Amino acid sequence: MKKIILLNILFLNLIYSQQTPAPDQDKSVLIFGAVTHIGNGDTIKNSIIGFNNGVIDLVAPSDDNILTENIKKYDTIIDATNSHVYPGIIALNTNLGLVEIDAVRATVDDDDIGAYLPEIRSIVAYNAESKAVESMRPNGVLLAQIAPNGGIISGKSSVVQFDAWNWEDAVIEYDQGIHLNWPSPYTYGRWWLGEDRGLKANSNYNNQIKDLKDFFEKSRVNMSIEKSMNLKSIAMRPIFEGLTTVYLYADDEKEIVDGVTFLKGYGIDKIVIVGATGSKNQLNFIKKNNIPVVVKQPYRFPQSTDSDPMETFEIAKKMLDQGILVSIDPTGTTMARVSVRNLPFYAGSFSSFGIDKEIALSLITLNPAKILGIDKDYGTLEIGKSATLFISSGDALDIISNDVTHAFISGREISLETHQTRLWRRYSNKYSNSQK
Amino acid sequence: MRRFFFLSFFLSFGLYGQDYFIVNDGIKTKDYQYNVFTNANIYSDKGIINKGTLVEKDGKIVDLGSNISIPKNSIVFDLDGKFIYPSFVEIHSSFGIKKPQRKSSGRSSQYEPSRSGYYWNDHIMSDYNSFGDYNYNQKEAKGLRDIGFGVVTSHRNDGVHRGTSFTVGLIDNQNESYRIISKKTAEHYSFSKSLTSSQSYPSSTMGAIALIRQLHYDSDWYSQGSSETKDLSLEALIENKKLPKLFDANDKLNVYRAAKLSNEFDLNFVIKGSGKEYENVRELKKFNNTLIIPVNFPKAFDVSNTNLNEKLTINQLRYWNQAPANLGVLEKNGINFSITSSDLKNKKDFLNNIRRAIKNGLSEKAAIDALTTIPAKSLNLSDKIGELDKGFLANFLITSGPIFDDKTEINENWVKGQRHIVKSNDNLNIDGNYTFNINDKKYEVKISNSLLRPKAYIKRDSIDIKSKTSLVDDWLSVSFFDSIDGGLSFAQISSKISSTNNLSGRGLDFNNEPFLFNIPKNETKKQNESKRTKKDSLDEPFVSDVTFPNIGFGVSSIPESRSIHFKNATLWTNENEGIIENTDIIIDNGKIIDIGRNLKTPPNFTVIDASDKHITSGIIDEHSHMAATSINEGGHNSSAEVSIMDVIDPDDISIYRNLAGGVTTVQILHGSANPIGGQSAIIKLKWGSEIDNMFFEGADPFIKFALGENVKRSRGGLRFPETRMGVEQVFIDHFDRAKHYGETWNQYNSLNKRQKRSVSKPRYDEELETLLEVIDGKRFISSHSYVQSEINMLMKVAEKFDFRIKIFTHILEGYKVADKMAKHGVGGSTFSDWWGYKFEVNDAIPYNASIMHNAGVTVALNSDNSELSRRLNLEAAKAFKYGEISEEEAWKFVTLNPAKLLNLDDRVGSLKVGKDADIVMWSGHPMSLYTKAEKTYIEGALYFDIDEHKIKIDKIKDEKSELIKQMFAENTPGANLKFPNPLPQIEVDCDYIEF
Repeated sequence: MKKIILLNILFLNLIYSQQTPAPDQDKSVLIFGAVTHIGNGDTIKNSIIGFNNGVIDLVAPSDDNILTENIKKYDTIIDATNSHVYPGIIALNTNLGLVEIDAVRATVDDDDIGAYLPEIRSIVAYNAESKAVESMRPNGVLLAQIAPNGGIISGKSSVVQFDAWNWEDAVIEYDQGIHLNWPSPYTYGRWWLGEDRGLKANSNYNNQIKDLKDFFEKSRVNMSIEKSMNLKSIAMRPIFEGLTTVYLYADDEKEIVDGVTFLKGYGIDKIVIVGATGSKNQLNFIKKNNIPVVVKQPYRFPQSTDSDPMETFEIAKKMLDQGILVSIDPTGTTMARVSVRNLPFYAGSFSSFGIDKEIALSLITLNPAKILGIDKDYGTLEIGKSATLFISSGDALDIISNDVTHAFISGREISLETHQTRLWRRYSNKYSNSQK
Repeated sequence: MRRFFFLSFFLSFGLYGQDYFIVNDGIKTKDYQYNVFTNANIYSDKGIINKGTLVEKDGKIVDLGSNISIPKNSIVFDLDGKFIYPSFVEIHSSFGIKKPQRKSSGRSSQYEPSRSGYYWNDHIMSDYNSFGDYNYNQKEAKGLRDIGFGVVTSHRNDGVHRGTSFTVGLIDNQNESYRIISKKTAEHYSFSKSLTSSQSYPSSTMGAIALIRQLHYDSDWYSQGSSETKDLSLEALIENKKLPKLFDANDKLNVYRAAKLSNEFDLNFVIKGSGKEYENVRELKKFNNTLIIPVNFPKAFDVSNTNLNEKLTINQLRYWNQAPANLGVLEKNGINFSITSSDLKNKKDFLNNIRRAIKNGLSEKAAIDALTTIPAKSLNLSDKIGELDKGFLANFLITSGPIFDDKTEINENWVKGQRHIVKSNDNLNIDGNYTFNINDKKYEVKISNSLLRPKAYIKRDSIDIKSKTSLVDDWLSVSFFDSIDGGLSFAQISSKISSTNNLSGRGLDFNNEPFLFNIPKNETKKQNESKRTKKDSLDEPFVSDVTFPNIGFGVSSIPESRSIHFKNATLWTNENEGIIENTDIIIDNGKIIDIGRNLKTPPNFTVIDASDKHITSGIIDEHSHMAATSINEGGHNSSAEVSIMDVIDPDDISIYRNLAGGVTTVQILHGSANPIGGQSAIIKLKWGSEIDNMFFEGADPFIKFALGENVKRSRGGLRFPETRMGVEQVFIDHFDRAKHYGETWNQYNSLNKRQKRSVSKPRYDEELETLLEVIDGKRFISSHSYVQSEINMLMKVAEKFDFRIKIFTHILEGYKVADKMAKHGVGGSTFSDWWGYKFEVNDAIPYNASIMHNAGVTVALNSDNSELSRRLNLEAAKAFKYGEISEEEAWKFVTLNPAKLLNLDDRVGSLKVGKDADIVMWSGHPMSLYTKAEKTYIEGALYFDIDEHKIKIDKIKDEKSELIKQMFAENTPGANLKFPNPLPQIEVDCDYIEF
């Protein structure tokens, strides 16, 4: 008991040491001279970008005249010559802020008990002051979908920005998605019970689908009862009404086809496939149904020992070639949550296998904004959109050149300091001082 | 009651007289009879004796040959051209022994032995003799006899040392006094723990290997009378020293490991394999061990589901295709082997599978030897069994033809002169269609399954007619139930079966009138033919060549060192020259021989234009867990005696994938289950090479230590230490003991011969030997570490014992004590940007590498993960991105610095004339993620080439589709197929526990 209390106190100390959120934008900002990456595939070589009250009011090619003309209109001027400006990167399917330290149960809040939990809402557990959250920003990752895990229906996700005092301030879109983990038609043998370790058919698959169907049926029927007391059915209602997107977690092609067919059967059109590692033979089906895909990041094992080790890098291109709207799922690698800050590099790695760099950028900017339904305000650098962007002195999609010097969320210039940078300075100083 | 049962049993079969036993149920009788078999084709070593005669008396062969006089008091069996073979010897079996029950231990682990007076490890049961748990099992005996075995050696297959086996004849109508051939035949070993004890150690194959080693050191020591206490296990081991030693390896890599152990201790193991030895025969043939090989050929997969087919691997498909050739391959490579039926689910497949092996390259002679003389020899019983000769036990088979002909059947199996009928001659196959005319109506009768339980299917004018069939002895009866004149009537036929071609006998018609019949079988060739083709397809030889390793990206030959002149590259030298553009590099004979601008191409050297390419030395991963089948031996808090070098897995696809990422050398470390882990292996990623050729030649030995959360987290139960405080004491205790151990040996070794005789020799202890090497500076520590307190602690412990820690690996808080590390002289091998997964990495920062470097520590970046390691170049990029260091220094973190930490920098780690040509040609800047490794060389040999790689991918696709096509031939309705079950891929890290 004593041990546990001590542990808790320790955490409180460590967790609440986060950067102070920036105040609302009160001074207008002009950035000039940078290569601007719009996020939709276009670039402006020598650009000029202005924003005020959190909203972009100028994005244009620049020259001396334009610069002179505009420079007096803005309060703060940033010379970004030789630098690059990007829209804030948007991460999908993360449990940032829901889990602090995987191995410490007390800090894990992303997976509740039960198979069907549509009523569960991630946003209320989101810790805006998580040390993992602040560490995203220095790499340009500024927005994310915070999604619950586990079960068949894990619950609802919301969209947040990464500079806030609390979850209410952080939220961009409440309960935007519902997360459905499609049951696997296969299981691996339970070797510890003496079974063959290899893959085998999941004998329970049909039952699981039947249960899921029962749950959907019940939820649909309960909709007609006006004063329903069934929280689960109430929580399911918006997906039948087309208000909430269903994130269908499916890897194997059978899961994809079964899952999509199932949802379409309920007239549900807002479907997003997440994972899709085994989808290469069903891309046609996915395109035909006009479903966006959040494909697993490439740093993972290929499907089998005989598969091309590069297979995981090539899948995004195959999807784009089909005309599918693609974004990146950052899970499925070691330390997936804290590695969400590597999201620009996942996009860069996809690009090294045949995708144009600007298109690769759209996988983590415009496309996730579209998927989340926030593309009116986020995802590209266009007049009228939120000034959520960052400046990098080099190509932000490559590790060696990603070097973020400024970042803005709705025009507010946010701190790029973190728990980690503080430790860095503290100990760098320790040694440089002792040498002197 | 029991006695009564036995008595009646004997009476009913006729007991073989035990001369000195008293008889109370009648009078004593004695047999004088000879059994004589004439007109037989008798198999002998020199060939078949035609028209031969064999004479048996009292269970032994007294004479055989072609001109034998028959004693007067003989019962003569005229075999009329049948064949006589020596009956087979089953060498690997648990005949008559109940499977031991797993001891349920709840969730807690047991670290101490549960027996006293025996060895310190429960899994060593050298004192055990299986005979005590044995009960003759008639059903099992019949199963073995029916496929040709006469004698079986049986042991309880449980434990690392499984004690001794016994040998009996499979004789139903006699008791044990007659059956026993040897009560204590052989000693049995394996790498698997006993189910009967939950003692934790050994929890891995490498632990089992170390345990067997220590056992033999201990037995030598004990046999000199040096022990002050009794150990019944060691006494038994010493007593049984001369017995043959059988090793149940059951896996091709374990066969190799057992053979190595056998060689090391001169144990002459006879090793039971798995049937996949064709995959590593080039290594196995270097040893002289006789093997025991099962013939459990895999079933075809059900390939009807395209979705699942995609998940099947080349290795799984090839196994089906190649396994029948295993025995032939072993024979061609000069390896002696016995054949066992032990792994066969359906014993009836035994002979047919051997026949398939023969069609796939095994000679008939080798097959017979493998079933008779070789097992007899392995069991040290070759003066009694396995051959037909005077004085040998009368164990022989009577067969209808040459034993390996498809149609031949075993008719009788005689064991020690006792007759067992396997298949009576008159049990004939009458399957087929017969047409009967009864009461002027035509009945088509189809008889099937006549050998076991015949069933007749009857049609009249293509209407099904009910019927009932029975076969009693060799009499077939069929009743027909048909509607005659509106009412149901029946007719019956009854036939003694004496021919496969017709039914004859008498019947009763529907009017209850008798009739005689003689109906020939209808001609039905078509069906037989189709069956025939199916069978033939089974026996097609290899479509797939065995590659090294035998998986998708395996190679058919090992690449050889090349002589190449790379022109105009950007070289990352890691030397004073730094990064130099437009420069040439020449490699020859495995070494870098020249570096400079505009070099002249030596004659006969290949020229590669490397303009726009970057060339670096190969990446070195200080902390890997790939290519090994065991990672953790967590059964003790110190396992310094175990070694990853004993459990290398050269088949791991990670090797190839890492080559594709420019990695050439890795240290495979023990995991972090305990404070003192095991010895590591440093290998070069020579994909397709033999295990011995992968080890980095002349590399210094290393050992893994571990600090942090993992070592305190023993799985259930209490294992000291549970705190970081305890961890320190474990180290001090072990080093202290190692020091004293060294002193004791020094003292002993300084004595002269005469003095040595008067004192007892100290006990050799593998664990302390290893730790002594550490203290003596001959072995180096790579210690898993996280927080600053423990890092500091281990340095102080080392200093106390006057040695230095070589590497702190992971070392996530190294930046907090970097000055102390620099002073101690230890290097840091860290992750680039991992954190947040457990409490002790809360302060892990991506600036760690750069801070340590700037404080004067030699820094490397490691993977700890076989997926991550294939992109270590990007980890270097991260160190550069986050830190205050140059690109060049960052690059050294994955090349030169790990080489330094592993004491390998005189051979690898930079581009320097004279160093190994372990080099990588990159498509661009090696730390950019837009770059790919295009060519990876180790010692001048090309192990990865991006163009060849593309060809390989197409080849895999073609071969897979060819094999699946072949499998479709097996996919007939009702065929017994296997669900396609690809194995999971595991990202092995520090926490990996073998299963």
